[in-house]
Formats: sequence, C-alpha cells, structure tokens
Amino acid sequence: MTDETDLIVVGGGPAGVEAALAASERGLSVRLVDEAPQAGGQVYRAPPRAFGAKSQQKADRLGVALRDRLCASTVQTHFDHIVWSVSPGYRIDALGPNGAVSWRARAVIAATGAQERVVPFPGWTLPGVTGLAGATIMLKSQGMLPGGLTLVAGQGPLLLAVAMGILKAGGKLAAVVDLASQAEWLADWPAIASRPDLAWRGLSWQMALRRAGVPMLYRHAIREAEAKGDQLLVTLGPVDAGGAPIAGPEREFLVDAVTVGNGLTAATDITRLLRAGHRFEALRGGWVPERDEDFRTTLSGLYVAGDGAGIAGAAAAAIDGRLAALAVAHDLGRLSDETYQRLTMPLRRKARKAKRFGTAMAKLMALRPAQVAAIAAGTIVCRCEDVTRGEICAAVREGARGVNQVKAWTRCGMGPCQGRICGDIIGQLVTGTGNARVEAGYFTGRTPFRPLPLDELAPPIAYGDLQLPPPAPL
Amino acid sequence: MSESQSSSPQSFHRATDVERGGLVRIVFDGRTIEAYAGESVAAALLAAGIRTLRASPRADAPRGAFCWMGICQECVIVADGVRRPACRLEVRDGMVITPGTVP
Repeated sequence: MTDETDLIVVGGGPAGVEAALAASERGLSVRLVDEAPQAGGQVYRAPPRAFGAKSQQKADRLGVALRDRLCASTVQTHFDHIVWSVSPGYRIDALGPNGAVSWRARAVIAATGAQERVVPFPGWTLPGVTGLAGATIMLKSQGMLPGGLTLVAGQGPLLLAVAMGILKAGGKLAAVVDLASQAEWLADWPAIASRPDLAWRGLSWQMALRRAGVPMLYRHAIREAEAKGDQLLVTLGPVDAGGAPIAGPEREFLVDAVTVGNGLTAATDITRLLRAGHRFEALRGGWVPERDEDFRTTLSGLYVAGDGAGIAGAAAAAIDGRLAALAVAHDLGRLSDETYQRLTMPLRRKARKAKRFGTAMAKLMALRPAQVAAIAAGTIVCRCEDVTRGEICAAVREGARGVNQVKAWTRCGMGPCQGRICGDIIGQLVTGTGNARVEAGYFTGRTPFRPLPLDELAPPIAYGDLQLPPPAPL
Repeated sequence: MSESQSSSPQSFHRATDVERGGLVRIVFDGRTIEAYAGESVAAALLAAGIRTLRASPRADAPRGAFCWMGICQECVIVADGVRRPACRLEVRDGMVITPGTVP
C-alpha cells in the first residue's frame, strides 16, 4: 500500500527540484510532490499545458531548464498532489487526481516556499483587491490583467515586477505606492548590485515606469479602499520609516483593481505540524524552522530548504536545496564525510553570495511593526472568520496569552486558510500589547494542510457495514 | 481594447499576446461564460467581469480571489458539486459552478 523511498521532497519550486535532483544524483530513491500541474513553484510557474506553443516559449528560461532537468532524471514526480499530512516515520499523505495516496520515506525535505503577507486596511477584503504575488500568477501564468486601471502598493521587489508586468500586458497603472523610501533602496545598492542582471532589470523597469508617466509614491501606503460600483476608491497617505501613517496630504484614486503585498512569510506547515523547533527571524519572513547550516531541523530525518526555511529568494533556494539533499545523503550513510565536505564547500560559497542579494530583498520586504500597530480597530484582520483588530486586542486585554489562545477565543486563524494569511499580523498584534514576539508564538500546525473533500479521501461508507462494539450493559 | 487573436470572448483582462487553449463554456450562477482551456476558473470569471465568488461566513461580505495560489481559500466555489478554490481549478467545457457561500 505504501512503498518506501529514501527521500520525499515536498514542493516543486527551485529548492525542491534541486534537492530532488541532487539526491537522485547521489543514488537515492526520491519522490517529489507538488500541488501544481508542473514544477517551477510560484517563481517559475509554467503556463497552463492547454496554452499554445507561443505562450510556452514565453515561460521563464530558468523554469523551463528546471523542468527539463527534472524530466531527464530518475526522480519520481507526483504533480497535482496536495500533501495534507506528514507523520513521523515518515509518512506523507496526499490527495491527487486519482484519489488519496500515501508514501513512506526515510527522510523528508520540506521545500514548501513562501506565502504573501498583506497588512490589513479597511477594504482589503473587497473583490478586486489581490496580493502582489497573486498578480504575478495572473500575469505570468494566466496572461490576465487584474483590471483596466490598477493601483500597485506595498513593499519589496514584487512592486516593480507587478507594475512592469501590467504595463507589458497592455494594462494601465494608477500609481505605484511603496512603503520604503528611495533612500532605502539606495542603501542596499551594494548588495543589490551583487546580482548585476537583476539590478539592471530593476533599474530598467523603473525607467520604463517613469517614461510611461506612472506616479511613483514612496513612503506612502493605502489608508483604505471603498467599493464604488465595480470600481475601488483608494485613499493613500504618507507614512514614516516604521510604516505608521503620518500627517500629510492624502490622495484618492478611483481604480478597477488593487494589488498589494507586504513581503513574504515562510510556509512552515510541515515543521509546525511535526512540532519541530522554530525561531523568530524578522528578516527571514517571521517564524522559520530552527535548522543547522546543513538544513537539518530539530527532528531527525526532517530537513528544510528554500524560502520555507526562511525567505532568501530563488537563487539561494536552488543552492540550499542541493545542500539539504547532500545532508540527507550523508545522514543516510550514502556519502562519506570526506566526499560530503568536498561537495558542499563550493555550494556554501555560492550560497553566501546568493544570500547577499536575497537578504537585501528580504530587508525591503520585512514587516514594519508600526504599520501593524496603526491598523484601525474595526478592520478585519482574519479574513476567513471576519475577525477584527478590535476583537483580537480585546481578547489580549482579557488575558489571552499568545496567538493560539487568541485563536481559541476569537476564531482568528481558525478558518480554511488556517492563519497562513493573517498569522504573522496576529503575532505582531498580540506582541504590540506587551508580549515579545517569541512569547506570542505561532499557530500550532494542524492537518489537513488544505481543506479537502472528505469523500475523496475515503471511499463511500455504508453505515450498515460499520462494525460497532456491542453497547455496554446498563 | 486592441484586436484580440481570437474572435471571442473579448475581455480587456486578457493579455493579447497570449496563445490560449480552445474555447470552452462554463456556467456560473446560471450565466454562461466563454473561456479558454488552460485558464483557471478564477481567471475565466475575472475576464467575464465576475470578481465576487462568495460571501464571507460571519459578515456576509463579498469575497473573491485574493492570493491566487490556493492558500487563502477566498475564491472557493462549488464546481460540479465539489468545493474547490477557483484559482487552482482549470475550466472544463460544461462545468457548472455556483458561489462558494456556505448556507
């Protein structure tokens, strides 16, 4: 029923694919599981298979190369499979197109990537408001514009990428609204310039946006959005270095769509579920799995790699994936200490270089606590359960300790997203009223990782067939 | 907007330099919508001007696709009787979809 491999890699982005390839190159039997139809993760997401050759050719070359190498390898791939549980031992449970499957492996690499964080504002739940990462999927994978006239807001490198994607696809931009100042981008210039290709691309995008006459507002953020028929009326205002709103002229834009994002957080479903240790690193996207320099978590046989181990970007993720795989091969006794050292040394050097750029980006994407502190009491923070900031703070005032108790009292983080969207913000809100972020903790991991149709997990049950024990005598 | 590479269905949401799959028809809340194979239900509905996919359970407020990567579950709809995130479900000819509001 289950058949064991040396390694299962969960996640088919750059970290997961490189991990799977490196492990199979060392002779390990490897499965790679991902919920998408093809490898690439969000960063190298492939166009849908049904789209024509012209669209396939436009896919990112790094992504195409990644998929080609995976195809040519001995890795057993399982796409369109949603992993919904990982249990000690290790057993992986997934739901695929042909129903429920489960596999066993001696080691697991969690390469589950990142998810977007959005700092709530009144109106962020309105249809037409989407995440920046979401907008890149719309543009790159679906060839779809979020709207006719779009406002792009938030922080980090995705701002420019999305703005440029909209222009290229023939859309119009109302404004690009950056929480950071221009000086903050310049301060990180040496690190950004360590990747001349990306630095140049960023600069050319910025010039293109200026040529197109797009207003670029630095040190600004969305105050609120309001529905006006099919459109959205967005109010913007200036903020300080911490992200808190400050007095100054506010501006209004009537737009068709808003895309907004405040950086990425690590997807830690597997390590949280298995109760591995975690530590809080603001510059790596918040709570990240505790790991050694070879990507071993605190649990034997469980490894992490890529943004899911702490945000560092795609280039670093690819190298980290290889390092994690070599650690697995070494720990399973398939690599001598000596070979292990020889193989990892050059990778570690490359990793340090890649991390320099990734760290500069992570800094620009880091949560600004004063922006969270300024969320209005009536604003919805947990979208799934419609829980407001006021309700969360009332629970804290009444004595709720840590995010899990706040969850139990208010239902925030209890909905179908399981706190993936709001978790980092709620942690910050709980902290804001006294506790340190570490004391506030993180949401306990639970199965299933995603809501699933129960009848697809189990065959239909006839109640008459159930063997019930006889009732106890009265 | 500019000339599209195909006869229908036109929508300013669709970038014109993309070669899509064949034409399919889906039904959302009783309305027939034309889309292209390969598109996600969320994208196809967006192109048809439909962004509200369900109402939230407590405030009964309109919601639509937000994260576009299957995490937030805001775009959950009922497709042929099964609740699925619309951003992770590809359109299929004849698919019948209703909003994901929990009664």
